Amino acid sequence: MEYFVQQLINGITLGSIYGLIAIGYTMVYGIIGMINFAHGDIFMVGAFTALIAFLVLVALGVSAVPLALFIVLLVSMALTALYGWTVERIAYRPLRQSSRLAPLISAIGMSIILQNYVQVAQGARVKPLPPLVSGGYTLLHGNDFAVRLSNIQIVVVVTTFALMAGFSFLVARTRLGRNMRACEQDLKMAALLGIDVDRTISLTFVIGAALAAVAGLMFLLYYGVVDFFIGFLAGVKAFTAAVLGGIGSLPGAMLGGILIGLIETLWSAYFSIEYKDVAAFAILIIVLIFLPTGILGRPEVEKV
Amino acid sequence: MSERAPRVPRESGRFNPREVLAAAKEAAVAALVALGLFVLLIGVRTDQGPTGALVIRTRFGALAAIVAAVFVGRLVLALARHDARLSIGRLAPAALRAALSGLGIYAAAAFLAFALIVPIVFYTDRYLLDLAILIVTYTMLGFGLNIVVGLAGLLDLGYVAFYAVGAYSYALIAQHFGLSFWICLPLAGILAAFAGLILGFPVLRLRGDYLAIVTLGFGEIIRLILLNWQDLTGGPNGISEIARPSFFGLPFNSTAHGFAATFGLTYSPTHRIVFLYYIILALALITNWVTLRLRRLPIGRAWEALREDEIACRALGINTTTTKLTAFAMGAMFGGFAGAFFATRQGFISPESFTFGESALVLTIVVLGGRGSQLGVAVAATVMLGGFEFFREFEQYRMLVFGAAMVAIVIYRPRGLVATRTPSVSLGARTDIPAAIAGGARTETPA
Repeated sequence: MEYFVQQLINGITLGSIYGLIAIGYTMVYGIIGMINFAHGDIFMVGAFTALIAFLVLVALGVSAVPLALFIVLLVSMALTALYGWTVERIAYRPLRQSSRLAPLISAIGMSIILQNYVQVAQGARVKPLPPLVSGGYTLLHGNDFAVRLSNIQIVVVVTTFALMAGFSFLVARTRLGRNMRACEQDLKMAALLGIDVDRTISLTFVIGAALAAVAGLMFLLYYGVVDFFIGFLAGVKAFTAAVLGGIGSLPGAMLGGILIGLIETLWSAYFSIEYKDVAAFAILIIVLIFLPTGILGRPEVEKV
Repeated sequence: MSERAPRVPRESGRFNPREVLAAAKEAAVAALVALGLFVLLIGVRTDQGPTGALVIRTRFGALAAIVAAVFVGRLVLALARHDARLSIGRLAPAALRAALSGLGIYAAAAFLAFALIVPIVFYTDRYLLDLAILIVTYTMLGFGLNIVVGLAGLLDLGYVAFYAVGAYSYALIAQHFGLSFWICLPLAGILAAFAGLILGFPVLRLRGDYLAIVTLGFGEIIRLILLNWQDLTGGPNGISEIARPSFFGLPFNSTAHGFAATFGLTYSPTHRIVFLYYIILALALITNWVTLRLRRLPIGRAWEALREDEIACRALGINTTTTKLTAFAMGAMFGGFAGAFFATRQGFISPESFTFGESALVLTIVVLGGRGSQLGVAVAATVMLGGFEFFREFEQYRMLVFGAAMVAIVIYRPRGLVATRTPSVSLGARTDIPAAIAGGARTETPA
């Protein structure tokens, strides 16, 4: 029982990170109907930016961890958002009128570029970071097993839910959110009604990348290591989460993220840790084939 | 969607100061963006210090150089846009381009002739022979994937799975049953084709992009199984000492029954390399020939119809189930052949060789060559693999350039470098398919 609760806590933490990345996939898919394959690598760039920003701050003499983390969060969100904007501008915007596969191929190219750019610029080695947020609480005492909720887990979950709330407000209540929803329903009609479609799509990428940067920072704090390849697996899992929750749906992305996090953790805990990624990919395939609209999604009608 | 008014390029060579100012402003913005992008990731390098903790050092010189390069590049582009003399149309006039496309058939013949004499010309250069084998292997993989992606229009991101199935089939069958390469080769192809069918069945209902992601997942699952099923595959250690192919039963060694002794030649390890080269060249040519023949058969036409429009295809009474399954199985079979060859050439295989990066590389070759164009694939494989061996010191930039090439090709030349795809069937005179159609310019409104 205690073991199960512990896995539940770990799973929800991991799932929150996936959920944050999944929002980027789901928003972009909702608006322009493309799988932003490079989004996982944007997340990786976010993690690296956060790591380097933190090291620079330490070198500059900012030693208070909460202050440093706050600055790192802002810097990393801003710079990663710039990456999101640039990727859209260079690789996706020229292809907006073309078939479905062209942007996907371009996105794969962009993903390869980002991965190898970081590898060339920062080296292929794993980058470790000593734990910055330590401590925690013991929740339950079993016979020989204590359930622990660490502070970093609290930080991850609380940050995620705060951002989710803020983002839901943005989409539901602000002018930008209304434009985004309009574009999601019908790009052409939105343009006819005077919405700057290009700007709205750019901002969608910017917001998605900023959230991925937060996920990157959380990943860095939670695991304490990053390398240039983390984006691929995390990206695939977050995409699975987005599809599982129903692509295009924001609460769906969060729900899907947490479900994927739980499945992965419980699978590792009770079955085999070697096959945990197989489980993730298998779920991806099963969901895409049998439940392509996801849990909270709307069925997509193909028009001729 | 905002449509920009078409610019009228001026013929005169002088620049208007207003335009120069606008271009400079544009370049400054681009440089600012570049500064933001690269300030941390390039401007600061992290490395593990002696204590294990990360230490940083700054690289502001490199940062400044890149930002300056972006500024200048953008400035030139912005100015070029206003000057008709620099436009692409001027640099490559229509007549020249027409002449080039007419060269296609001769280029193919010359290319093939060159491929045939490579081992004779470079007999003494082991390094070049190995490179040639590598290029032809990837050409063959490109041909195989071209059936799935280029002809049937199904984007397969897990093609390397079939390559892996072929390689492991050959290695395991040869090891456990002692069968020779020539018996295992068709078996490997058949097993890979089955893997293609297994993948094909569940994805029948899926649309383009979902299908791509499912194939990606399939490829990764195969790799992870190979990595973790230690008893069968040896896990990360792979399988070593895989049997080498023989020349009609004659092994390539220095014994009295070897190839060299039988033909009265002095033994040389190069014989085996040359033999391997001709095997893969023959396999690649068979793949090419089969593809070209299939394109003329009803099944090939069905593939191409499926690529253009699935709904119209179904409305015309084409069985999309069998069409998709045959495309997957065919592509997978050739991937399996290439895999078996890879195993026998290397003598050692491990899951390391079958990562997503390989799939992406083969896909890049197909995209670069022009989806559906056979000559294009061969040229692209040569350019990509040969070009980079040529610049060995830039090894680490290799994938970076692959990725950039992929993006650039999709945007600027959606039909690939060698855009000579003519319709397989046509009424009246054969004409090149206009880029607007071949590039898939059909507007799709996301639902």
